[in-house]
Amino acid sequence: MKLYLKYFEIHLKSAMQFKGSFFATIISQFLTAFTVFLGITFMFGRFNSVDGFTYEEVVLCYAIILMGFGLSQLFASGFKVFDSMIGNGQFDRILCRPRNEIFQVLSQRIDFVRLGMLFQAVVMLVYSLVTCPVDWTFSRVLTVIFMIAGGFVLFSALFLLDGSIAFFTIQGLEVMNVFTYGALEHGKYPLSIYGRKMLTFCTFVIPYALIQYYPLTYVLGRTERLWYMFLPIIACLFVVPCWIVWRIGVSRYKSTGS
Amino acid sequence: MIEVKDLRKTFKVARREAGFGEAVKALFHREYEYIHALDGVSFSIRDGEMVGYIGPNGAGKSSTIKILSGILTPDSGICTVGGRTPWKERRAHVKGIGVVFGQRSQLWWDVPVIDSFELLKEIYSIPGSVYSKNLSELTETLDLSKIVKTPARQLSLGQRMRCEIAASLLHDPKVLFLDEPTIGLDAVSKLAVRDFIKRRNQDHGTTVILTTHDMQDIEALASRIILIGKGKILLDGTLDDIRRGGEHIDETVAELYKKFDV
Amino acid sequence: MRKYLAFFRTRFNMGLQYRTAAIAGLACQFFWGAMAILAFKAFHDTDPSSFPMSLPAMSSYIWLQQALLTLLTMGGMDNEFFSVIESGNVAYELCRPVDVYGMWYSRSAATRVSNALLRCVPVIVIAALLPAPYGLSAPPDLLTFLTFLLSLVLALAVINAMGMIVYMITFHTITPRGVRLIAVNICDFFSGDIIPLPFFPAGFKEFVELLPFSATANVPLRIYSGDLHGPEMVKLMLLQVFWAAVLIAVGKLIERRELRRVTVQGG
Repeated sequence: MKLYLKYFEIHLKSAMQFKGSFFATIISQFLTAFTVFLGITFMFGRFNSVDGFTYEEVVLCYAIILMGFGLSQLFASGFKVFDSMIGNGQFDRILCRPRNEIFQVLSQRIDFVRLGMLFQAVVMLVYSLVTCPVDWTFSRVLTVIFMIAGGFVLFSALFLLDGSIAFFTIQGLEVMNVFTYGALEHGKYPLSIYGRKMLTFCTFVIPYALIQYYPLTYVLGRTERLWYMFLPIIACLFVVPCWIVWRIGVSRYKSTGS
Repeated sequence: MIEVKDLRKTFKVARREAGFGEAVKALFHREYEYIHALDGVSFSIRDGEMVGYIGPNGAGKSSTIKILSGILTPDSGICTVGGRTPWKERRAHVKGIGVVFGQRSQLWWDVPVIDSFELLKEIYSIPGSVYSKNLSELTETLDLSKIVKTPARQLSLGQRMRCEIAASLLHDPKVLFLDEPTIGLDAVSKLAVRDFIKRRNQDHGTTVILTTHDMQDIEALASRIILIGKGKILLDGTLDDIRRGGEHIDETVAELYKKFDV
Repeated sequence: MRKYLAFFRTRFNMGLQYRTAAIAGLACQFFWGAMAILAFKAFHDTDPSSFPMSLPAMSSYIWLQQALLTLLTMGGMDNEFFSVIESGNVAYELCRPVDVYGMWYSRSAATRVSNALLRCVPVIVIAALLPAPYGLSAPPDLLTFLTFLLSLVLALAVINAMGMIVYMITFHTITPRGVRLIAVNICDFFSGDIIPLPFFPAGFKEFVELLPFSATANVPLRIYSGDLHGPEMVKLMLLQVFWAAVLIAVGKLIERRELRRVTVQGG
């Protein structure tokens, strides 16, 4: 933990070396999230609800998923540049050091510019917490926290998987972006609006619905099933297969050296 | 004490022609080529030795170094460094070694060098007192006091290499691997680096394994030379053993390469 | 002119080499388009009377948007320029004995066209095979299609000129990443990339239509899908001509200023 703080300090110092560009990028990150929010707002200027969800409810949904995504972009984006770490020998260096490999890859990059995106998420979260006609019981607040944490873990797992692919092919797979950026872009609405098939896919293949749709219905009082609250924790199990792929990748790397 | 016995490593390389048709064909059927990077390599190095590990490009030098530093797993053979097998006990092993890759940097580009050092202190869990003792010693012997406050990107190559070496020695490793430590350096920096390595070896008894194409490095540093070619050890002896007359070291080595046809 | 054609050819050949990347990108675009259409359909099902376009027109809009992504969005800018700027080699470019603006303009347009040609054909073919109302439908008539093509060329002229201005204002920033992303965000939003302009609030929509951003993808996509016609269409196309001229003029002005700077300060 102390070591991570040290890395944190170094990343912050590096970012501050180029203040102008740093803040411009933060603003652009904010704008990316803000324009999507504006799009939602315009849509609801025209429609009262979509699939039974009101404006405030959709804003809550987007805030939660954006928060999870932004956090994992902030802390787990080391995996996004992992292919270049293999290419330039940085991963060899990592293997020469007495620390866990995943921890070191994570530490190589803390992407502070994502704070712009997180700022927008916080504003929306506060707005929807205040305006949603929800009785904020302890279990509901806890569910929201679980959803954000689950989103963070799920997206980080996807980044881990994305990074692991670099062990097997030199050509980056753009397809993985669909599962990260795509999930953010289309996860702004509750997943049920995309129909049953998509909801099933997002439940059993990549468990987005477990951090988004199902617990959301509990928070909004659409269901009395208390156990929906714990689904985000189950979604975290998605890390396991991703981690296994990573382990296979590392041992392959160690036996081929490339 | 480093023990290497009958180390073997074969790489399977997919052969593929250029072109779209070939790429499609490769999806179904691939032809492989087997490259014996290490073909039964054995040697042993005593504590405190300085060894030059030489050979032409692609001879198996870097595979050996990678195995010794725990990055690569061999197909078969025995390798122990200080009693440990590098690829089996990676973390314990790497605590006792230092690695300098001449063409790569381990310093953080945009922050003062001293910050990178502080980070390494945490990575290797070096106790505070040991760290400050090592740091002040390295600062003095490598003449770093004026440059540690500068971001690495603003240093000259020679200054940076001095910092790289210091960074690899902060945790007091028993074994130091140097991969082309003088590449691209000017004459003054080269001499400074060589002097330092020699002193380090004498004062701390650090075992040094050096790969380089610069034969002056070998002449200045290595009491012993291991020549590898096509995955086999071709020669293991002192510099005087291989040099018959007073000819230039480059000529001697070129002669050797020719003799072994590598 | 021959010089420009040569640039175009090299760019096109380079683009062709990254086939695997193109196929992967294609899959992404499909998924993206499908999800967007499903989301709009959900709104449509909730309240069809509030939907400002017909559902098939909406689907056509989305598929064409996906097909022409690299042609008509700010994101389709040539990254090579940015590395030239970042490395400081831009000074050399400015010293070459050709019309720098013209050269960069055509290079950048060539990049857009070659990237788009590679991607758009499969997207269009497959989207056209999808069942109504999800697929890409044919334009109402031949005249509409021809107007669409004309408007497409104008849109390319406008977005490319806008991209040129972004390149030029990033000359003096060390890392143009931030500035570029801000430009991309603003342009995307006002050109109807996030939600089409007909979904904007009344009043605000009319204002946005006057901006140069909406003179890009917005016009051809809406002409094709049949949403835009009559005098309204003529007006927006004239605006396209206007903005193309203005933006190119502004770009040339900045270029002249930069050239003077280089010759005066020696880079």
